[in-house]
Amino acid sequence: MPTILAAAAVLMLAVLPVAAPWLQFVLTLAIAKGFAALGVAVLLRAGLISIGHAMFFAASAYGVAFLARAGVNDLGLLLILSVLAGALVGAVAGSFLVRYRAIFFAMLNLAVSMVFYALCAKLYGITGGTDGMPVPVPTVFGVVLGEPAFKSVLFYLSLGLMVFVGVAVQRYLNSPLGHALSAVHTNEIRLEYLGIPVWAVLLIAYVISAALAGLGGAIAGFAIGRVVPDFAFWTASGHLVLIAVLGGIGGVPGAFIGALFLELLHSAAVTVTDSWNLIVGMTLIIVIMFMPQGVYGLFARKEASSL
Amino acid sequence: MTRPILEAKGLHVAFNGVKAADDVCIAIHDGEFLAIIGPNGSGKTTLLNICTGYIRPRSGSVLLDGHDITRLSPRAIARRGVARAFQIPQLFSAQRVIDNMMLALAATDGLWSAVRPLETAARRDEAMALLELVGLAGDADRISSTLPEGHRKLLDIAVALALKPRLLLLDEPTSGVSAIERFPLMEALMSALRQRRITALFVEHDMDVVARYASRVLVWNAGNIMAEGRPDEVFSNAQVRQRVVGVA
Repeated sequence: MPTILAAAAVLMLAVLPVAAPWLQFVLTLAIAKGFAALGVAVLLRAGLISIGHAMFFAASAYGVAFLARAGVNDLGLLLILSVLAGALVGAVAGSFLVRYRAIFFAMLNLAVSMVFYALCAKLYGITGGTDGMPVPVPTVFGVVLGEPAFKSVLFYLSLGLMVFVGVAVQRYLNSPLGHALSAVHTNEIRLEYLGIPVWAVLLIAYVISAALAGLGGAIAGFAIGRVVPDFAFWTASGHLVLIAVLGGIGGVPGAFIGALFLELLHSAAVTVTDSWNLIVGMTLIIVIMFMPQGVYGLFARKEASSL
Repeated sequence: MTRPILEAKGLHVAFNGVKAADDVCIAIHDGEFLAIIGPNGSGKTTLLNICTGYIRPRSGSVLLDGHDITRLSPRAIARRGVARAFQIPQLFSAQRVIDNMMLALAATDGLWSAVRPLETAARRDEAMALLELVGLAGDADRISSTLPEGHRKLLDIAVALALKPRLLLLDEPTSGVSAIERFPLMEALMSALRQRRITALFVEHDMDVVARYASRVLVWNAGNIMAEGRPDEVFSNAQVRQRVVGVA
């Protein structure tokens, strides 16, 4: 996507909540899910579908809640520590999951995430069970803010992180490590014969994808103000895969475009009918059937044809 | 005779009772271009698979510079300077030709380079020089799956050369390459091997190629070495002519 178009899109996102304040929450949540979907999209490059990434989304969100309970009260510190927690969970799970491929990888991710979900729901004394845990409004660099002001700070911080992290992930995908990740999908034998350890390539990608999902989860936790086990439920993982495919895995912006598209579509559909799922479902069928490269494919195609 | 760079001692391999290697001992020395010929299914590719760690022999050992590599993985052996080009080209088919080359070049660089951009001016120039060598410079920006079979074969060889190996194992380098391109390719390949002081072991069915380029020939038949020597010696062996070359 040309830089000018991307900059214009970010600028438009920045001014939207000024014109329609109710959109701020929707957009914050969309960006949060965009980070998690980007994590899923990273693994999709290697042909690996994770139906369990909501676990990392939830792990970091719970991380924020636990750290806040332990007295950590700074937004920056909470974000960094909770993302590290998500990455750590990713390193532990990834160390054995990256040995598997295809349906086995997808199902094992699902199984592990459902164990995590069950623990969150059943360990009432620690996690609050299905009631979840509150995420209080933190300070921002020592400044105490009211909830509305904090939510605005959170939105613009998320927007900034979307650009910064997006560029970093694009750099990773353009590096030998990123190309090796794509190569896993086509020829693992040749990679091994190049002396490149496939397990290391996949584990690094898995940890990065877990950290991205964790970043999304932490932002969602702050935005909603509560963390519940449903963050880790399998439908949430499926939702992330859907966003990644809908947006398109051809480029980093795809995940965010998919998340924004789906959240805005959902917000619009609920105002029209109680059967909003019908509208969302039909739209998804149309997009998947007629836009195999996802919504991002439209922009990528325009870019290619303008060369 | 120079010291052996690669030695296989007492190799035994069998598939469903059929012997692919039966107490085989071979050695390849620095600077040699050793050709292995033999009928289809006689175990030539199996030997390459053993030497690169893809298959483990039932017994016997493979030594690289005197160090036992029998139990090492293909990755570990590749990092010790042994590269391989395959009978069926092993490429990253969804990536561009130049990306295949640059990834191979990056594989030999340090850890830090793994997080820097794959495409640098220096790496692209190096990749283009190798593509020029095998006659694929014009295809650099094509997706590798769109190349004709012969060109895919050439790319597979160029990728192996990009690893800057000390020992190159080639499995039928000229199969799938047109008759017109065959000798120019071999000339370029041999020139590159000599310039870079790369020792090569190649499995080949084209006896003209073997006669012209091999410094030594090893005749493999039913898991055993049937004959060994200079090309002229081997091709004058009546048994070899009858069973392998197909000339009575």
